[in-house]
Amino acid sequence: METKKAEYHTVNYGTHVLVWLALLVLLALTIAAAGMGLGAFNILAVLVIAGVKSALVLLFFMHLRYEGFLLRSIFLASVGVLVIVVALTFLEVIFR
Amino acid sequence: MSTAVDSISHEHGDYAGSKIGMWLFLLTEIVLFGGLFLLYSVFRSSNAVAFHNAATELNAGIGALNTLILLTSSLAMALAVSAVQKGEVRAATVSLSVTIVLGLVFLVSKYAEWSEKIHHGIYPNSPELGLRDYGEGLFYSLYYVMTGLHGLHVLGGIVALIVMLVLLRRGAVGRDDFAKIENTGLYWHLVDLIWIFLFPLFYLIT
Repeated sequence: METKKAEYHTVNYGTHVLVWLALLVLLALTIAAAGMGLGAFNILAVLVIAGVKSALVLLFFMHLRYEGFLLRSIFLASVGVLVIVVALTFLEVIFR
Repeated sequence: MSTAVDSISHEHGDYAGSKIGMWLFLLTEIVLFGGLFLLYSVFRSSNAVAFHNAATELNAGIGALNTLILLTSSLAMALAVSAVQKGEVRAATVSLSVTIVLGLVFLVSKYAEWSEKIHHGIYPNSPELGLRDYGEGLFYSLYYVMTGLHGLHVLGGIVALIVMLVLLRRGAVGRDDFAKIENTGLYWHLVDLIWIFLFPLFYLIT
């Protein structure tokens, strides 16, 4: 009987370098966006860019793109907990 | 035959199980830092002007440089994991070493940044901050707690990376057993991920 290896996915060096380049472009973009003085839109812009950057890190560097349902769920659960806690806190802060 | 099956199921369960364990730990880390980000958001919403004034004093150039350092160290880490999986020990050793060096550079840069701020009398409960708006004190308390806790994570990550380097050289981590280095990589990327949010919130939004 053949020894069965646990399933895993090896990401190419090239993919990692491309992701890194994309991250650097986004870093430049976020600095440019912050320097434009967009007021309240400023906060939204840098947070959206930070979200895209973290998605790249999670999907490629942290292999979530290649993982199964369980590991993705664990990550989404942590985000879900945060969303609930943040939403409840701000409901309290806004309507205090 | 039965021992073979046992070892297979053990090997399989061990690999998948260790990654599940690591992700559960990362979940607690995300919630830990998430709580601090929430604290920041609430205080910012009630002290918008003071946070704006305080943030202009942080050096966005150093913040951007630190981001560049961490993003690059994450690349080196990701390359090291791929190299170990391919069985290229030499390439893995080089990228792992680059990851460690970049982590140390980040800490040195953070040390310089903190020293400069403390030299200017900006530290929690300092007389200088006492003269300013209450919100600026809040901003800098959060700055020290959040970048400090993040810095401790970088330090812990570097220690784990050095252990991985030793295990790699001894052959205890390799093509046939890469769960440890993969999990260390996950931790390192999470530290990078937290910085991706710390940088714009403290240095960019003014």
